Amino acid sequence: MSSASATPVNRLHTALSKPGKLLSIYFTAGFPRLEDTVPILRELEAAGADLVEIGLPFSDPLADGPTIQQSSTEALHNGMTTARLFEQLEGIRREVSLPLILMGYFNPVLQFGVEAFCRRCAEVGIDGLILPDLPLDSYEREYRPILERYGLSMVFLISPQTSNARIRQIDDASDSFIYMVSSASTTGVQKGFGTAQQAYFERIESLGLQHPQLVGFGIGDADSFRAATTHAKGAIIGSAFIRLLREEGVAGIRSFIKKIRP
Amino acid sequence: MSSYHVDENGFYGEFGGAFIPEMLYPNVEELRTCYLDILADPAFQAEFRQLLSDYVGRPTPLYYSVRLSEKYGSKIYLKREDLCHTGAHKVNNTIGQILLAKRLGKTRIIAETGAGQHGVATATVCALMGLPCVVYMGAVDIARQAPNVARMKLLGAEVRAATSGSRTLKDATNEAIRDWINNPVDTHYIIGSVVGPHPYPDMVARFQSVISEEIQSQLQEAEGRPDPDYLIACVGGGSNAAGAYYHYLDRPDVKILAAEAAGKGVDTGESAATSALGRVGIIHASKTLLMQTDDGQITEPYSISAGLDYPGVGPLHAHLFATGRATFIPVTDAEAMQAGRELAELEGIIPAIETSHALALLAMGSVPKGSLAVINLSGRGDKDLQTYIDYFKLA
Ligand SMILES: Cc1ncc(COP(=O)(O)O)c(C=O)c1O
Repeated sequence: MSSASATPVNRLHTALSKPGKLLSIYFTAGFPRLEDTVPILRELEAAGADLVEIGLPFSDPLADGPTIQQSSTEALHNGMTTARLFEQLEGIRREVSLPLILMGYFNPVLQFGVEAFCRRCAEVGIDGLILPDLPLDSYEREYRPILERYGLSMVFLISPQTSNARIRQIDDASDSFIYMVSSASTTGVQKGFGTAQQAYFERIESLGLQHPQLVGFGIGDADSFRAATTHAKGAIIGSAFIRLLREEGVAGIRSFIKKIRP
Repeated sequence: MSSYHVDENGFYGEFGGAFIPEMLYPNVEELRTCYLDILADPAFQAEFRQLLSDYVGRPTPLYYSVRLSEKYGSKIYLKREDLCHTGAHKVNNTIGQILLAKRLGKTRIIAETGAGQHGVATATVCALMGLPCVVYMGAVDIARQAPNVARMKLLGAEVRAATSGSRTLKDATNEAIRDWINNPVDTHYIIGSVVGPHPYPDMVARFQSVISEEIQSQLQEAEGRPDPDYLIACVGGGSNAAGAYYHYLDRPDVKILAAEAAGKGVDTGESAATSALGRVGIIHASKTLLMQTDDGQITEPYSISAGLDYPGVGPLHAHLFATGRATFIPVTDAEAMQAGRELAELEGIIPAIETSHALALLAMGSVPKGSLAVINLSGRGDKDLQTYIDYFKLA
């Protein structure tokens, strides 16, 4: 393993216990260009992001809106594959110390082999996984021991429709943070942070969960970042970052981050 | 319950389950916990049965096909689902699901469609119940099934084009699932085949099982025995097949044949023959056989038939294939088109091109002479006239 001193879960825990609000950035690996993965990670570290989610592109991203769908299609067209991404990440821990999470759909992981996938994650220094279509019960029944063996944290989603009982179950199954989907939506849909969202944010805050929450979906500027983090530890920006990459490429990253969190 | 039916975790052997994003968990969980109780409710059954008889026109005939029988040297019966209101078996399921949606208090309906038959059947029951309806349809299918697009619009539904991927059934299903994620409270998603997360495959199979229930008693009446030697259906997602097989799954003497779309040929790269080309994976929240790359990306299928142009197959069928209970036979575009034309000329019935794939097994020699065979005639071919015209240069 080429990772630095910190074990993966520690790298995540260190980031999550920082004071202040956390900014996590999602991007699709292989977009806009196949070889952009490492330059993007370098820039995000330099720009002061707190956490990164690297998206493994999938042909049929059910939970994603048009922006991330399109970036996935282009990334696949550019030749991105699971094996390719791991090759690109080889040695990343010599340059980047940000916590890194791989986010993708379950089928490519299943085809790679769950165990082989987790082993490669550990080898290159990945800290956690987000697999939106791997349900909690299936994870608990079949895969938890594998992730634990490789020191990977599994991050679960909750939405405004998730019951309190289910949220507590998810909190118990988590070991880093909870991904709080801001509204009933696919990615990139901004339904506003109106009273319904505020009530949802407050409800979750009042549950006093063991793990911090990061809010994602529909966050793209300083205002939505502030609104989302009033009651949560941090927020995740995806589609807006993809649009930035499309328009300005890697060169635009630093000023983008500065605008979100002056 | 035999091993061919779904288990308490929502699996058929290793296939099935509910690989859904958490955003859909409450909806799917609500269905999972309610569907068996609702289906068992006598008031629900009474309403369902009444609509199937008075509105859909059930029971559909089991027609002894004299000239096909003569030609192929077997006794061949056709189960006439093409005579259902709206022209295909799809309406059996949409009647069931709309009644279920009403009991769940849902006020908006969405659906995906390939050939447009399920879209029409959904738009129809939404008109009947006064519910707004949005149907997602691949842009390619909108072009090749124009009459059904017009029918849906006339029935008051909104047809939204799916423009991603291969712009066919798979992509329409993606869009419908995304709509559901965005509208989880008021909306029910009427899936059109035995695909998707548990409990959909089982629920849809139960609604369609009226087909085999009727075949059993009709065959008993006609032949003095409930069981054919061969039972044949085409498989896209597999709903007409699931309905035709349902009450025969545990009767091992009945040989089950499944016709799948080979497109231009299994090895041409333009095919939708899932059992031949698929490997275990996850599509539309179900673990099943699907066509995919080594990297786990879902492959774009091809078939002349919009209703069979799907890279996966329902988990029940993956299980029937894996256990050998059903024999899957790939049928090319050309074989299907010839079989469709043959039925038109011999029996005066123009079948849907999906159905033509099942009929093609006769000419392909899959049914030994002297057998008693039932073919599920899943739908009529009005929607496919343009494809028949272009293919046979009839204009
Ligand atoms: C007439 C007809 N048969 C068969 C099918 C294929 O669907 P399934 O395999 O679910 O029966 C369709 C789908 O549109 C259809 O319209």
